[in-house]
Amino acid sequence: MAFHTRALLGACAVAALCVPATAETITIATVNNGDMIRMQGLTKDFTEKTGHDVEWVTLEENVLRQRVTQDIAAKGGQFDIMTIGMYETPIWGKQNWLVSLNDMPDSYDVDDILPAMRGGLSVDGTLYAAPFYGESSMIMYRTDLMEKAGLEMPDAPTWEFVADAARKMTDKDNEIYGICLRGKAGWGENMAFLTATSNAFGARWFDEDWKPQFDSPEWKETLSFYIDLMNEAGPPGASTNGFNENLSLFQQGKCGMWIDATVAASFVTNPADSTVADKVGFALAPDTGLGKRGNWLWAWALAIPAGTQKEAAAKEFINWATSKDYLELVAAEEGWANVPPGTRTSLYENPEYQKVPFAKMTLDSINSADPTAPTVKPVPYIGVQFVAIPEFAGIATQVGQEFSAALAGQQSVDEALAKAQTLTAEEMEAAGY
Amino acid sequence: MARAVTPRRKTINTLAAWAIGLLIFFPILWTILTSFKTEAQAISDPPVFLFFDWTLENYAVVQERSDYMRFLWNSVIIAGGSTLLGIVIGVPAAWSMAFVPSKRTKDILMWMLSTKMLPAVGVLYPIYLLFIKLGLLDTRVGLTLVLMLINLPIIIWMLYTYFKEIPGEILEAARMDGATLKEEILYILTPMAVPGIASTLLLNIILAWNEAFWTLNLTAAKAAPLTAFIASYSSPEGLFYAKLSAASTMAIAPILILGWFSQKQLVRGLTFGAVK
Repeated sequence: MAFHTRALLGACAVAALCVPATAETITIATVNNGDMIRMQGLTKDFTEKTGHDVEWVTLEENVLRQRVTQDIAAKGGQFDIMTIGMYETPIWGKQNWLVSLNDMPDSYDVDDILPAMRGGLSVDGTLYAAPFYGESSMIMYRTDLMEKAGLEMPDAPTWEFVADAARKMTDKDNEIYGICLRGKAGWGENMAFLTATSNAFGARWFDEDWKPQFDSPEWKETLSFYIDLMNEAGPPGASTNGFNENLSLFQQGKCGMWIDATVAASFVTNPADSTVADKVGFALAPDTGLGKRGNWLWAWALAIPAGTQKEAAAKEFINWATSKDYLELVAAEEGWANVPPGTRTSLYENPEYQKVPFAKMTLDSINSADPTAPTVKPVPYIGVQFVAIPEFAGIATQVGQEFSAALAGQQSVDEALAKAQTLTAEEMEAAGY
Repeated sequence: MARAVTPRRKTINTLAAWAIGLLIFFPILWTILTSFKTEAQAISDPPVFLFFDWTLENYAVVQERSDYMRFLWNSVIIAGGSTLLGIVIGVPAAWSMAFVPSKRTKDILMWMLSTKMLPAVGVLYPIYLLFIKLGLLDTRVGLTLVLMLINLPIIIWMLYTYFKEIPGEILEAARMDGATLKEEILYILTPMAVPGIASTLLLNIILAWNEAFWTLNLTAAKAAPLTAFIASYSSPEGLFYAKLSAASTMAIAPILILGWFSQKQLVRGLTFGAVK
C-alpha cells in the first residue's frame, strides 16, 4: 500500500514537471475592430508556441475605455493586458499604473517601431504600451468625381483646394456631397477631427500657461471654415455623423471626399461592401501653408496593468502580437492588405506590402504627425487630436457638443466659441491649472 | 351597466391595437431581418425590407467567433438564480407587510422603491471596491447577489400587491387550526399565490436577463452573460450591423420565446390590483 502511494506521488510529481511551469491563462480586454478580431482568430499560434491560454473580453470602444479605466484605477486586477490608446498611455504611465516595456528581448527589435508611435506611447523614454496597429487620417476621394469636376488631387493638398473641389463635386439633386466630415459630438468624434484641423490653421487648445485659446482668431477661422464648407458641400444632418455614418455614405457613392482614419481605406476599397471600391484615391490631410497638416495620430496598443500576477506571460503575448513575425503570420493567413498597419518600419520596407494601394499614404500620414510638437505655436501638452491630460476627455466632449450645435445651426460660431472658452477655463481652473 | 361595443368600434380597436403592437415590435423585427442581410444590405439606402438574398453567414461568423453557450449559460444562472433568491426573500417579506403591517410598513415599502431612483452609476465604485475585497469580481455568485438586490424591491412590491388580494381570514383559519408560521406561508399562502409568484418570477427573469449595466461592469471573461456578448459586436469604427444584429437576435431569442409562452401570466402579474 505504502509503495503504491509513493509510486502515485512520484507519478504526480513527474506529471507536474512535464507541464510547462509557467503555463498561465491571461485575460485580455480589447476592442471590436477588424485587426483585433483577426488577432483573436490567430491566438492558437501563441498558445502552441508558449503554452499560455488566452481569454478575450471584447467590448465596444467607449465601454472598453470606461471599463479598463475603472479597473486600473480601483486595482481590480481583472485584466492582464489592456488595449489602450495614445491618450491613456502617457497619463497612466506617469501614474505608474502600467508595466514598463523597456526590457523586451533583443529579437523584438523595439527600434523598428515607427518613431511617431514609440514617442506617443512613451513617458520620459520609457515605453508603456506596444502599438498593435497605428493610424492617422487622410483624404479618401472619388477619382471619377474629381475628374468630372476637372480637377486633379495633389498628394499634399491645401484646405483651399479641398474646399474648392468639394463645392465643384457637390450635386445635391443626385445626393452627391463634395465632402463628408465628422459632426457627431465627442472627444473622439468631431473633436478628434476639429482639433487636428485646427493645428493646420495655426490654432491650439492651450498656450504655454494652460490658458484656453478658443477666443483666438485661429479657432474662429477653423470653425467658420468647417461650418461654411459643410453647409455648402456636406451631407444633410452632418451634425450627427461619425465614422460609421460617413463610411456608409462613402460606400454608397454619396461623398466626393472623406477625411478620416486611414483604417477606413481597407473598407472603402473592399468590393464586397463598397460600391465605389475601384474609384478611390488617397491624399494627405490638407494644410494651410503654415507647416502643420490636419491629420491625427492614433495607435491601439497593448499595455500591462501594474500589479498583474501574470506579468511574464503578458509580456510574452505582447512580444508575440506586436512582433515582425506576427505581421508575417497575418500576411500568410489573410494576405498583406490585412496586416495591422502603422507600427513597424520594416513593414513599409517590405516589397510585398508596398504593393498595397494605401500603404504609402498611410505611412506618409503617420510620419507627418508629431504628437510632441503638434501645433504651429508652442504648447505645453502632448497629442495631435487630443491633449494628454486626464481632464481632456470631459472638456472636449462638452466643447464638441457646442461645435456640433453650431454645425446644426442652433447657435453661431461666435456663441459656440465663447461657450467653449468659458467652460474650458472653468474646468481647467477647477482642476488646478 | 356595461357599454355595448359595436362591431365597427371593435374592428377599429383591434386594428389600432395591432398597429401599436407592430410599432413596438418593429425594432426587434428589424434587428431580426438585418441579421439575415449582408453588411452592405444592412446599410443600403433606401433600406431593403424583405426582398434581399437571405443569408445565414452572420450567424456562422458569430458562432465561430464567440462561445455563445458559455454566455447563455451565465445568463441562465444569473437571471434564474437572482430571481429565485429574490423570491425566497421576497415571499416572507411581502407576507409580513400584507398580513401583519406595522405603522411603518408603507414607509418601508416607499423606502425600498426609492433605492430604484438612485442612478446605478452612483454606487458603481463602492460596489466595485467591495467586490474586489470579497473576491466577487467576474463571478456568477457576485452578479447573482447584485441583481437580486436590485430587483428585490420590485419582487416585494409585486408580491405585496398580490398578497393583499388574498383574504386574511383564510390564513387566520389556518392559524386557528394550529398551523405554524412556516406552515402557513408554505402550505396555505404560497399555493394560493402561485399565479402571482409565477408572474413575479417571469418579469424578474426578464429584467435580470436584460440588465446591462452591472453585468458589463462587474464581469470580464468568466461570468459575462449575453449582454456582454452583444456588446462585443458593437464597433464605432467599422460597419458590422448585420453581425451585431445576429448576436442580438441570438441573445434575445430565449427570453423572447419565454415571454411569448408566458404572456398570460405576465399580463396578469402586471395588472394586479388595477381593478378592485
